[in-house]
Amino acid sequence: MTAPLLDIKELKLDVSAGRSLLPILKGVSFQIMPGEAYGLVGESGSGKSVTSLAVMGLLKRPLRVSGGEVVFKGQNLLALPKREMRRLRGNRVAMIFQEPMTALNPLSTVGRQIAEMFVLHQGKDWGEAMKLAVDALASVRVPNPDRRASNYPHQMSGGLRQRVMIAMALACNPDILIADEPTTALDVTVQAEVLRLIKELCAARGTAVLFISHDLGVIASVCQRVGVMYAGCLVEENDTALLFSDPRHEYTRGLLGALPRLGSRSLHGRQRLVDIDSIIADRSKLTETRFIAPRRDEGGTP
Amino acid sequence: MRFGFNFILGALLTVLVILAGIFAPWIAPFDPVLNADLMNAELPPDATFWFGTDAQGRDVFTRILFGAQISLTVGIVSQVINSIIGCTLGMTAGYWGGWWDDVVNGLTNVMLAIPSLIFALAVMAVLGPGLPSLLIALGLTNWSWTCRIARSSTLSLKSQGYVQAAQTLGYGDLRIMFTQILPNMMGPILVMATLGMGSAVLSEAALSFLGLGVQPPFPSWGSMLTDARQLIRTAPWVAVFPGLAIFLSVLGFNLLGDGLRDRLDPHMRTRTP
Amino acid sequence: MLRFTLRRVLQIVPTVIVVALLIFVIFSVVPGSFATSLLADGKRTADPQLIAHLNQEFGLDKPLTERFVKYVTDLARLDLGTSFRSRQPVLDLIGDRMWASLELALAAMAFAVVVGVPLGFLAALRPGSILDTTTMIGAVSGLSMPQFWLGLLMMYVFALHLNWLPSFGYGDGSFRNLILPAVTLGVTPLALLARTTRAGVLDVLNADFIRTAHSKGMSEAKVVRWHVMRNALVLIVTTVGLQFGSLIGQAVVIEKLFAWPGIGSLLVDSVAIRDIPAVQGTILVIVLWFLVINTLVDLIYAAIDPRIKQG
Repeated sequence: MTAPLLDIKELKLDVSAGRSLLPILKGVSFQIMPGEAYGLVGESGSGKSVTSLAVMGLLKRPLRVSGGEVVFKGQNLLALPKREMRRLRGNRVAMIFQEPMTALNPLSTVGRQIAEMFVLHQGKDWGEAMKLAVDALASVRVPNPDRRASNYPHQMSGGLRQRVMIAMALACNPDILIADEPTTALDVTVQAEVLRLIKELCAARGTAVLFISHDLGVIASVCQRVGVMYAGCLVEENDTALLFSDPRHEYTRGLLGALPRLGSRSLHGRQRLVDIDSIIADRSKLTETRFIAPRRDEGGTP
Repeated sequence: MRFGFNFILGALLTVLVILAGIFAPWIAPFDPVLNADLMNAELPPDATFWFGTDAQGRDVFTRILFGAQISLTVGIVSQVINSIIGCTLGMTAGYWGGWWDDVVNGLTNVMLAIPSLIFALAVMAVLGPGLPSLLIALGLTNWSWTCRIARSSTLSLKSQGYVQAAQTLGYGDLRIMFTQILPNMMGPILVMATLGMGSAVLSEAALSFLGLGVQPPFPSWGSMLTDARQLIRTAPWVAVFPGLAIFLSVLGFNLLGDGLRDRLDPHMRTRTP
Repeated sequence: MLRFTLRRVLQIVPTVIVVALLIFVIFSVVPGSFATSLLADGKRTADPQLIAHLNQEFGLDKPLTERFVKYVTDLARLDLGTSFRSRQPVLDLIGDRMWASLELALAAMAFAVVVGVPLGFLAALRPGSILDTTTMIGAVSGLSMPQFWLGLLMMYVFALHLNWLPSFGYGDGSFRNLILPAVTLGVTPLALLARTTRAGVLDVLNADFIRTAHSKGMSEAKVVRWHVMRNALVLIVTTVGLQFGSLIGQAVVIEKLFAWPGIGSLLVDSVAIRDIPAVQGTILVIVLWFLVINTLVDLIYAAIDPRIKQG
């Protein structure tokens, strides 16, 4: 049995609002195997983005981890001293964000921002690092990489900027890439290209992916295993194909049921668009049951 | 939180100044101009003369109270003039656009090219010293910032649904501007006017200090400081109180303006000086 | 970049022309002339014959259009007229005092930047701390204080009471004479710089790309050095530029207070006696100075922020 690359155990997170503490994550547990693409689905406020920030150690003040462990390659990241964590960040655990325009420094060239990774983590000097940055741009299929390296972010389209983010993130060949809604801000056509890029690059390098999205279609095309989050709990987890064909939890069924399906009119005749609240009887009961399916190639519980 | 504190302190100080100005004739122990008695000249603060006396033997405390009237007048009148000019020019420039917009923009650029105190000096040179000329001079100086804000607000409000509705109903341009657009930009305008009051009081103080503003024997805090300069060796306390009065009132206006700004639009902080 | 520079520099010209015209228009309508104010002794009116004679001497009796033409042609030859009071060319008067004003303005600005910017920076990096609160209270106080009052108080404490510094005048041009006026003048820009630097740095710190920088594994120090500084610099430069303009205005009062022989005190004295050519000339020079500074600031801004040149 291979050990999981990332093992999140009963992660609890609170936010301090005034005098009281409000729970955001209520004991989330899941694992990601080396090279696996794992998707985290849920609506806004379910806690999926915050989970990724907790893994990276990027949580800011009103948010606080109040319990659990985040075990990466045997080490609990939450207990790591800051300097150790900085060495892992970007280097072994990398992240890309939703808005590529604001995620890049507008006053610094794209090439320089990628080169920073090599200077920071591999001790290269700037001259070498800039050359490696051009190679990185080529690897994400940016045309004319040497010219593009001296562009500023505002001179590039959204899709190109996201490629730059990917190049930055994968520069040091990390073990896992966390992608938080990377295609949500992009046009549909560009979305497909970026998704394909992520899939291919990560498969080629053996990089695991934690893919966070509210878009089920995107998740389905990239991930092998999916976890569904609702109100700070992981309510269902299964292999992608199984989750979509046979959803066990009421919320998952609600999500899938609310999806408009191609060809449903010819099959079922004219029907109203279903909204999720007509499928789910009582939202407050949703977190009471969980369905975590065991992995297919393991015998018993992971 | 902290911003609430700013607002409250600012409001308190402002109210204090207003009360001092309004009730000066009743609270003040002496007459500000007439009780000059050279026998009492240059006395340090004591039981009768709470803030001491100046070179003419007049009670400083009384003159400070009456000075509040002048400062408030200057502040309010100059800002009203400012706002009227700025709003009218800015709104019409934004609403009508075209060559009028270019003219207003050019004019604003020229005004912004001249430091405000210098312009006020120039106007005072033409009109001569005294309170009325001071009010006009200050009213003419800082309207350019108000104009800019009015113009950009108008540009964004112009495309709002209720404005277009009013247009289809056949409302005249001016009516639309004054009933639909103006009320919706009162927030930033009010902030500018409040902060402008502080700036106006400081300018009045500077101009009076230079001898160009309120003329003696009227008690303007600024001209009291001119006298104080002469007395700095023999009666240094005369310098303390008028300046303190200016400081506290301007502080009040500034804190109030800041508090208003933080409530309405925190982003204004980095855009305006 | 070169094209942008040329465009910006050329923009100064029409503004200067309009200002010059504006100045002429304003001062040609001065009620009561220099002659009257020179000769009138308090409330008594002066001898009308003397007034007429002086008017003739200064060319004030000629029709408006003729005076206007003379004004424009003189300006083109860089002749700013002759002072009514001292009979010297205004250009010379200004030239004598230019350096003193420049010295004062630069010293005040340097003081404001050296103290204000680091304070604002540190306050932003530790929001809510004692340093932060003190700096902010200090800043808003500095902005609310009449500068000349502070000058007066400092003059009393440091010059008259403690006798450490001279209380006024240019003296032999040594640094000691510069300290009090420069610090007094520099307090307001210092306060504003501290405040805007703090706000600007805080804005940058909350920006998304800082989160990206952290996610790359950068330490706090590196984030500040590689990403915060450059972005905050834009705001700081703009503020310094804006402040320079009002500094010139404030310098007028400070120069009078400390009897500093600069063009500010020249302006005040000239206004007091209605020495029109001197007033006109001084204002024109001050405005030109202001415009040049603003253009310089714009150019520096464009050099730092690559997005500006496109627009």
